[in-house]
Amino acid sequence: MTTAHDTSLRTRIVEEFARVAREHGKTLAPLTDDLALLDSGLDSLCLAIIVARLEDRLGVDPFSAADDADFPVTLADFVRLYEDAA
Amino acid sequence: MPHDGDALWEFLSGQGHLAERALSTPDAHVPLSDLAHGSSLGAPLEEFSDRSVLVATRGQLVAALALIELSGVARRVVLCPPDVSAEHVAIVIATAAVDTVVSDQRRDVAARPHVRTVLAGLPQRVSTGLSRRTRRRTEWILLTSGTTGAPKLVLHTLASLTGPIARDTAPVTTTVWSTFYDIRRYGGLQIFLRSVLGGGSLVLSDSGESTDAFLGRVAALGVTHISGTPSHWRRALMSTAARKIGPRYVRLSGEIADQAILDRLRALYPDATIAHAFASTEAGVAFAVSDGRAGFPAGLIGDARGAVEKRIGDVEMRIEDGSLRIRSARTATRYLGDGAESLRDADGFVDTGDMVELVGDRYHFVGRRGGVINVGGLKVHPEEVEAVLNGHPEVRMSIVRPRKSPITGALVVAEVVPTRDDLDDPARARLAEELLELCRRQLPRHKVPASVALVRSLAIAATGKIARSSCA
Repeated sequence: MTTAHDTSLRTRIVEEFARVAREHGKTLAPLTDDLALLDSGLDSLCLAIIVARLEDRLGVDPFSAADDADFPVTLADFVRLYEDAA
Repeated sequence: MPHDGDALWEFLSGQGHLAERALSTPDAHVPLSDLAHGSSLGAPLEEFSDRSVLVATRGQLVAALALIELSGVARRVVLCPPDVSAEHVAIVIATAAVDTVVSDQRRDVAARPHVRTVLAGLPQRVSTGLSRRTRRRTEWILLTSGTTGAPKLVLHTLASLTGPIARDTAPVTTTVWSTFYDIRRYGGLQIFLRSVLGGGSLVLSDSGESTDAFLGRVAALGVTHISGTPSHWRRALMSTAARKIGPRYVRLSGEIADQAILDRLRALYPDATIAHAFASTEAGVAFAVSDGRAGFPAGLIGDARGAVEKRIGDVEMRIEDGSLRIRSARTATRYLGDGAESLRDADGFVDTGDMVELVGDRYHFVGRRGGVINVGGLKVHPEEVEAVLNGHPEVRMSIVRPRKSPITGALVVAEVVPTRDDLDDPARARLAEELLELCRRQLPRHKVPASVALVRSLAIAATGKIARSSCA
């Protein structure tokens, strides 16, 4: 089940993906839940910037907070990481 | 054996006209002739003979007077800037085997037995005959401004310190020097020595004085030659008083002089010679460039691949592992202290730690070896990003810092001081976006800041350099 709060979180994450892709001249694959991050069209520098900006906007960095969190594979994994940290 | 030129008083007495030359601060104006029959030191000069003297005054004026009097007399003078902590002063006293402290404060700086404190102040007339005989070649000890830990003690001689100063012209009494620097640091000491050797006067800054007030005095006293770091100058350009001065010679040193600051000073002082010098406490002054362009001509280095050094005057320069190396009679002799590292390599070159890159026909300084930010294995010198940001007409100054990233180890982020402080929110957002766009056009992706924050001011350290110590 998806709550309204979660939906807005996903929306903000997707917005950030789109903005960073635009800034870096990357073509973004359609952002479906099962999209593998490696196939998203974004490289690790773009992902690093997304994580930094989400930290500024949301106040959390789930990557640094978790001790041994699995690195997210899909966009859904990525969003869940933020949902769990929120 | 003392030689000619081992004492500052020799230069002064040889030039004459001392009543027309002065050292000035906000509170005092001291003609150099006051030292002909008076002394700033509260003890007879001969009592400093063969002593290791820490000059630890609050103000620069008394320090300047003491240096004139002690050079050629004391075995060693140790120049202590006022911002050195008590803990570090104790280390300096031990390392330099200091036995005498010259202070303008009525308190015991050394606080230890066997170290005598002598009070110093404005020159007082000495009733008995004052003998200013050069007795020895005094060692000059300067402290380096390490960002952390205790300062290093660097040994110079008056010969190495004055090596960069041209002496082929007659002294000019009408030259008035000034500097944003404290004269107890290498950059400021160069200006003090130029004023002594060049025949002129010197306007000293005061730590309690605003930039506006200092520039006001500089204007009122008709300063002709003035020096500072690029950060000093960027701050000066925020002051309307910068428009009231009319220097013939403007000098920048101590940090990278980017094209933007050179262009802004050129626009403000169209008739002045604008020179940027490369110097460090250890390496001395290597060269000064006054063609108005950032960087320095590749011809100053013999071989672009860096294998061969080239001599300019008595300075040889080469590039090894990307950093500039200097060998000359102007470099320091050694670091003081047991087990201190070597200051020169086996060939006698000092590694400045300043990284350079060849772009076209010029070498450009890109940053410090230790200051590199590693973004996913790619190197970024904060200074090269700052140079791009500073090139925007609405930017006064900037600092680029690392930000930890769980993905790439680090990212670069920027803080920028706009030229105008009355921008509304949409204007600020527009400027931040323009700056990112500017960086994207001019820099590889990993060097583009992940964020640009507009701030009201940036801290400048006591050294006159932008304070990078708060970097993550």
